[in-house]
Amino acid sequence: MMQVSNPLLSVAHLSMRFGGLVAVDDLSFDVGRGDITALIGPNGAGKTTVFNCLTGFYKPSQGRIALSHATSAARDIDVLTTSGQRHTRDVFLLERMADFEITRTARVARTFQNIRLFSGMTVLENLIVAQHLTLMRASGVGGLLGLLGAKSYRDAERAAIARAQHWLERINLVDRADDPAGDLPYGDQRRLEIARAMCTNPILLCLDEPAAGLNPRESAQLTQLLRSIRDEDGTSILLIEHDMSVVMDISDHIIVLDYGAKIADGTPQSIRSDPKVIAAYLGVADEEEVRAVSQEISTGLAP
Amino acid sequence: MWKRCEAMTRTNLTHALQEALRTALITAGLCFPLLVLRLEQDSSNQLTLQQRWSWLVFAVIGLSVARFVGLVLQDWRARAPRAEKPIAPTRPQLARAVSIFGLIALFAFPLVVLAFLGPSGSLKWINNYGVQILIYVMLGWGLNIVVGLAGLLDLGYVAFYAVGAYAYALLSTHFGLSFWLCLPLSGLLAATWGVLLGFPVLRLRGDYLAIVTLAFGEIIRLILINWTDVTNGSAGISSIPRITFFGLPFTAADNGFAATFALEFSPIHRTIFLFYLIACLALLTNFITLRLVRLPVGRAWEALREDEIACRALGLNTTRVKLTAFALGAMFAGFAGAFFAVRQNFVNPDSFTFLESATILAIVVLGGMGSQLGVALAAVVMVGGTEILRELDFLKLIFGVNFDPAQYRMLIFGMAMVAIMIWKPRGLISTRTPSLFLKERKNIAASHVGEGRG
Ligand SMILES: Nc1ncnc2c1ncn2[C@@H]1O[C@H](COP(=O)(O)OP(=O)(O)OP(=O)(O)O)[C@@H](O)[C@H]1O
Ligand SMILES: [Mg+2]
Repeated sequence: MMQVSNPLLSVAHLSMRFGGLVAVDDLSFDVGRGDITALIGPNGAGKTTVFNCLTGFYKPSQGRIALSHATSAARDIDVLTTSGQRHTRDVFLLERMADFEITRTARVARTFQNIRLFSGMTVLENLIVAQHLTLMRASGVGGLLGLLGAKSYRDAERAAIARAQHWLERINLVDRADDPAGDLPYGDQRRLEIARAMCTNPILLCLDEPAAGLNPRESAQLTQLLRSIRDEDGTSILLIEHDMSVVMDISDHIIVLDYGAKIADGTPQSIRSDPKVIAAYLGVADEEEVRAVSQEISTGLAP
Repeated sequence: MWKRCEAMTRTNLTHALQEALRTALITAGLCFPLLVLRLEQDSSNQLTLQQRWSWLVFAVIGLSVARFVGLVLQDWRARAPRAEKPIAPTRPQLARAVSIFGLIALFAFPLVVLAFLGPSGSLKWINNYGVQILIYVMLGWGLNIVVGLAGLLDLGYVAFYAVGAYAYALLSTHFGLSFWLCLPLSGLLAATWGVLLGFPVLRLRGDYLAIVTLAFGEIIRLILINWTDVTNGSAGISSIPRITFFGLPFTAADNGFAATFALEFSPIHRTIFLFYLIACLALLTNFITLRLVRLPVGRAWEALREDEIACRALGLNTTRVKLTAFALGAMFAGFAGAFFAVRQNFVNPDSFTFLESATILAIVVLGGMGSQLGVALAAVVMVGGTEILRELDFLKLIFGVNFDPAQYRMLIFGMAMVAIMIWKPRGLISTRTPSLFLKERKNIAASHVGEGRG
């Protein structure tokens, strides 16, 4: 296990069972503050399941998922664990929290493997819904301030639109702001989903296969966007990705899963040469796929 | 190329004609014993054989023409270039023009009718058409929040209407509270029931939610029937205080409305007042909904309809979002219920059957889920349509004096509904207007908008 000092997220002994199927098996890993961490593995390895546990969509069968906003000693997390509470001001035990609370208070945002935009709403509206909480607070008790069109509410709305516009510029979609999200090409939808997640102001952004279905040019745009999110917004990124060139290019830290268990954990350099990883990827029965995967790994190796 | 096209048309036309002829023959053969021959008992109890050739002629002509037109249309459709053309969204300006016109027509309606038909002639129009339609407009708007905006299928909406009606009936007869006090109370009580229903059913989606809300509607009705001590069972509650003009009763007495304003007493005054009252209530519903749709609450409803999982991933408490939709929808039904009770000055459980829920839901679906204007138009078409079918006496000229159009009301009506749904599968107005915009407000075509799965 790669030593991460002062981790943002610390997953310990996480297991998820569906009946007899063990989708995640005693998994432990750390996500570094300000890093791009990649979670890779063959199909069905349990990557999406890990995400679903992190973001509260599944209750893990076992394990602890601790997120600390500020630098905190491992002892703080242990104290919180024994106290039975769900979170303190800046330490959060995600396995105890509901999905919407995780986004709201623990500030972990996510995207989905199969894009989940509000396709009947405009691009702008998608980004505004992501700022629901701020606007809700501004609209006052029972939405009264909003109903009466109070100035404080209008200011908050204007700020939300400005923030949305900022993200539209970052993903190059200002011109499509008033079009339905369902009308966008696939690559734009992927970037919009990331921008929408960023509008919730997360400290950790979890991306499930953001480069899937993108052409090389769009992949390059994506890596640029992810780097800028890490460097300019100070949001750490945890991503699942099959595209090895993207993974090797941008990750600071890679974790490899196979059959729900961790088989490797380290820097891109160490992962490339790890025989267990190559075996896992090549351990696929289908000839065609074997060739595709080995080629993919070698392109990742190529720099 | 052109020639070939024409030739094709000609062969297709001959084919259609042949088919029509065949249809005519089959219809004639099949329908001859059914339609033409009829045994009837005359006054001396003797059976006589009557012949109704005209019926056969109508059937044969009708079906063969339908077959012919159908085939031609099918052919034309198949050849018309049908590039995946999205239905052009209606322009916002057009919708606004229709709304303004509708609003003027609404307020002028009773006065115009009164001017043309006089006090006694206009009663039927203002009451059966005006007030009746407006009640359904209001109910449709209320349900539109739950079904159209939040995408939660509610088949028991009438329960909240019943709660509002009984709330006014009981509060006014037992405690002598005035209508204006009871109106908000009825709304609040209905909203409370909305939340109470909301809690247990929030985890359910789609069909399950529909079934539980359906059951809830029936439970409320059965309680109203069986809790005789309070509700007086199926006999209902009568002599509910009538509406007053802010304290002035609509009676012929000296302190009545007519005497105070030096008018000749007429029952039409009360009806017109009721008309404006329900018009204002409905417009209030509309105004609040339109405002809320532009606020975070309303956007959350629509986001919920589009994708509940994405909502949760963005930190929306979907439980609370659903509860607000249920509560608000129920509150408007409660207001409508109180109005219903004061208008009828009698309530019993028969007014709150599943058929009512189904009618209101049909109005929302026909109007175009989520569209306020569409729902209003659909209420006019549906409620006005069923009423106007009572008036179709000219059909007697075709089908004979024994034909009573009122008996075929539901049949004709059902066929019209089916036709509209074929023509406009997403309702009369299916485009969505975005809640806010950066440069230009562009309506969104129905094909993108979700229908909700729960
Ligand atoms: N809700 C569920 N119920 C039952 N089994 C599940 C559920 N979710 C996931 N699984 C199973 O868990 C295993 C891991 O699935 P998961 O979706 O996490 O894989 P993945 O690594 O994301 O794969 P891919 O790369 O194809 O997205 C699979 O065998 C899957 O069938
Ligand atoms: Mg997956």
